Amino acid sequence: MVENTNKQKSENVWLAFIGSMNLAITMLVVLAIASVIGTVLQQNQPYADYLIKFGPFWHEVFLTLGLYDVYGAVWFLLLLGFLLLSTSICVYRNTSIILRDVSHFRLKTQEKSLRTMANSHEWFIEENADRVMNTARQFFQRAGYRLRSKDHGDHQLFAMLKGGMNRFGYVFTHVGIVVICIGGLMDGNLPLKIKEWRGAIELETRDIMANEVDDKSRLKPQDNFSFRGSITLPEGSVSNLVFLNVRDGYLVQELPFSVELKDFRIEHYPSGQPKSFESDLVIRDDQLDKPLEKTIAVNYPLIYRGYSIYQASFGDGGSELKLKLWPFFDPQLKTLNLDAKVFASRDLKIVDDVMSLEIQEFKAFNVFPAEEGSGKKFTNYGPSFVFKVRDASGVAIEYLNYMSPVKQDGRLFFISGVRKSVADPYRYLHIPMDPQGKVDRFMKFHALLSDANRIEKIARKNASNALKNAKMNNEQMQERIVGSMRQLVGLYVGGGFAAIDSDIRERVPKENQANVAEAYIKILRNVMQAAYVDLLREEGVDTSKKLSLADQQFFEDSMTNLAGISKYGSPFYVQLVSFNHRESSGLQITRSPGQNIVYLGCVMLIAGLFMMFYIMPQRIWLMAKPTDGKLQLILAGSGLRNKEDFSNHFSDLVKAFELKVIDSAKSNQATGIQGETK
Amino acid sequence: MSKNQDDALASFERGAWIKRLSWWDYLWALTVILGSVYAYNRYSALMDNYEVGILFGTAIAIIAQGWFWKSFRTLSVAVTVLSLWAIFLYGTDIGVAEQKFLLKYLISSQSATMWMSALFVMATFTYFFATFRDNDFAGKVATHMTWIASAMGSIGLMVRWRESYLVSHEGIGHIPVSNLYEVFILFAVMTALIYLYYEQKYKTRNMGGFVLLIISASVGFLLWYHFEKGAHEIKPLVPALQSYWMKIHVPANFVGYGTFSIAAMLGIAYLMKQRALRINPQGYMAKRLPDLDMLDDVMHKSIALGFAFFTIATVLGAMWAAEAWGGYWSWDPKETWALIVWLNYAAWLHMRLTKGWRGAPLAWWAIIGLFITTFAFLGVNMFLSGLHSYGEL
Repeated sequence: MVENTNKQKSENVWLAFIGSMNLAITMLVVLAIASVIGTVLQQNQPYADYLIKFGPFWHEVFLTLGLYDVYGAVWFLLLLGFLLLSTSICVYRNTSIILRDVSHFRLKTQEKSLRTMANSHEWFIEENADRVMNTARQFFQRAGYRLRSKDHGDHQLFAMLKGGMNRFGYVFTHVGIVVICIGGLMDGNLPLKIKEWRGAIELETRDIMANEVDDKSRLKPQDNFSFRGSITLPEGSVSNLVFLNVRDGYLVQELPFSVELKDFRIEHYPSGQPKSFESDLVIRDDQLDKPLEKTIAVNYPLIYRGYSIYQASFGDGGSELKLKLWPFFDPQLKTLNLDAKVFASRDLKIVDDVMSLEIQEFKAFNVFPAEEGSGKKFTNYGPSFVFKVRDASGVAIEYLNYMSPVKQDGRLFFISGVRKSVADPYRYLHIPMDPQGKVDRFMKFHALLSDANRIEKIARKNASNALKNAKMNNEQMQERIVGSMRQLVGLYVGGGFAAIDSDIRERVPKENQANVAEAYIKILRNVMQAAYVDLLREEGVDTSKKLSLADQQFFEDSMTNLAGISKYGSPFYVQLVSFNHRESSGLQITRSPGQNIVYLGCVMLIAGLFMMFYIMPQRIWLMAKPTDGKLQLILAGSGLRNKEDFSNHFSDLVKAFELKVIDSAKSNQATGIQGETK
Repeated sequence: MSKNQDDALASFERGAWIKRLSWWDYLWALTVILGSVYAYNRYSALMDNYEVGILFGTAIAIIAQGWFWKSFRTLSVAVTVLSLWAIFLYGTDIGVAEQKFLLKYLISSQSATMWMSALFVMATFTYFFATFRDNDFAGKVATHMTWIASAMGSIGLMVRWRESYLVSHEGIGHIPVSNLYEVFILFAVMTALIYLYYEQKYKTRNMGGFVLLIISASVGFLLWYHFEKGAHEIKPLVPALQSYWMKIHVPANFVGYGTFSIAAMLGIAYLMKQRALRINPQGYMAKRLPDLDMLDDVMHKSIALGFAFFTIATVLGAMWAAEAWGGYWSWDPKETWALIVWLNYAAWLHMRLTKGWRGAPLAWWAIIGLFITTFAFLGVNMFLSGLHSYGEL
């Protein structure tokens, strides 16, 4: 007997603890703090990024604690589960109490209790008890009180209740929370976690084609009831699966139907920002008589068979680019025409080296804020593409090339951005545009400068002319000058002005450096101008006359920018000749069977809140006792919630009661209001 | 005496509120209904079913609000008349704002917003002056300033709505609650209106200075954002924001933010008064600052109201996310911080309702709550990345 009671007692103690308010509030606070972690530590990034950011030690710590996927971590789910348990127990214990309370009228309350209540008022009037009570009954019922009466012999008692819905508000809010959690649980990936823990499925981490993925990383439609997956569909392609991103890997989720992207459309604002984008989808399913065609856009998903298909993002769908590669340092300037595709790479053999050209991105336009005073708000720089050139050892340099020339300082340049790592900003090579609107003249100029033989010939001719004019015909002098010219051009092509500068520092004593530098630049300009004139003559320009301003400016720009080629990093310049833009639509496909349950819980929660805050629960008693030839009336009440509000309400009730019940019982000697309000 | 008695009686007669509606109330309801019907007829081609629902739902809410709080009717009428006047003056040319006097100096969106800003700041000083010099006239002036500021802020938003349709040929018109700049105006107006309701209900102006402080702070931010970052420019909506949900999710949130701010400022007032009573019960501060019990009550009421609306706003946000992003909950930083704010005030209410806490601890908690709320409102956008970065600095 004693054992039973003890067992019951300890069970009750546990229930009491788990359902206790202190624990609940503590858990709420712990949950809040735990949630913060996931907002300051970026979630679900590739592990390599975390390793770089935090170093090996902390990376392991965070990984073990599950902080990279905090909201799916076991301890977090346990915390939620505990809160859920606590709330459920609380509701379970309190609901029956509430139900009883709301239906219990407390007709046995004693006169002494009524007198000592905080809200209590007493009258002595000359009136018939039954008549007063009848009027009172009508008054209270019209005011919406539920009323029970009892005749205790020496007195009559009304016990009244109002605002019971407030108590149900508590039930609604807390049951609502439980319902929300149940719905959320249905949509969580707990079954998937259990499968993973059992070893039935494994995450795939390699970057491979979907059909190469192992069965252990695939899920059939019936294997998984709730998920959120994404797929990028290039225009014209079909898919019957999505990828679920889980921690540092993914799973392939098969769908019972296929989705085809017939067309993708995007509109932009003048600022280049996307205005709207939409996809024309075709759903094919054995269950359908004919394929389902629907256009989806952001905020307008397609819901089919419990699967929701969202327009999430967009990107390049493997645009086809026709490229022309211009080699540097090749006097023959043998260009190469190449067909490439975005997200694909081509291998190139440059002399003895094998390099790969990896196309990463293509944009059909690039809009930037326009220059001040240009009269427009935005300018479009035109198409651009991003690619990496990777050498045999695996080191890659990234380039951003614009297809069309861009205006800088009033002149047009083809610009090519270079950077060695993602963290660096791009540095730009500016190729001045020639009168035909192409890069050809610049490239030919560089090829010419790289051609030692031709430079030798030009230098010789130039030197002999110069000496002739100076009336110094010295064989040795000429050789020295030709030698300098050759060497300077060689330095310039190999390392730009910096190479010449460091050469001077090395070989020339300090006092002479400035003079020598000046002289060198003069010589260099001389030979380069001669080479330039040669080039123009080949083009067919009449070099007997003075060069046009444009051609002169071209020379100046070339001198500035040819120097940059030595640091360009790639042995060739990639020109975008034409493109065939293919877009891809980023779709999210989700299955959330718990969604409507969560919404139901939300409605209960909100309704419950308003019931709790804005309905006042109250108990009122009216006692009528004939005493010494008069009728003693005691009106008393208690409010469960806000004491101050209830007191104000009770004062109003007293006033109303006096008006409607006591004064209307206009017996002549109604001296009435002798009561004390406590 | 008789009015009081009527009020007292009214609480005890079911359906009595209908009988207590005056001619003005009926005229009010009629005006709102006519306005909504006109709006529907004129713009229904641009609205989908949900937006029509929102239009008439708003009409009902405005009627109810006007019946519940009579001053609201006056404000709404003033805002409507002046906004329509500004819209009429604009015609189809936004450039007109530089030429027409009324637009340039008073009721174009920018002018109205500047008037709102100036008046809120002036009201702050006036309220404090009224409280500490016990000057009734100054108090009345402060109240009027706050009403007019709220009206100007509302006019600013309404006219900005129209301006967004005029400013470009690209069709970028939208309700002005789409970025940080616009919602700061909304915040200032909402907080002021909620405060004015409590001012009337509790019949005291001593809370005014405190509440106006936070409103002035928001005005300060707004002006900085305008002049340093050019944020007042009307920008187009990104595709994710092109939805009817924005019309209900955002305003509901600001009822929450406004009330939480009020509670925090009153918490400060509470602690100040408590300290004053302890140090010098006969002094200046102890006498002039608002009553402790009243402060406690208003803190509770405003947090309760805010919590209810914040819950609604969070749920609406989840429903919107389900339509736009593929799921009603993604543990996105903004969503998560909304949950944290919610948990914070849920705990606050539990302590008050169930554990019976009162006074200073809850005042401190309300103040801390404001920091949490501010981080969820601003900090997330500024410091954390995520799907919700619509209001980046």
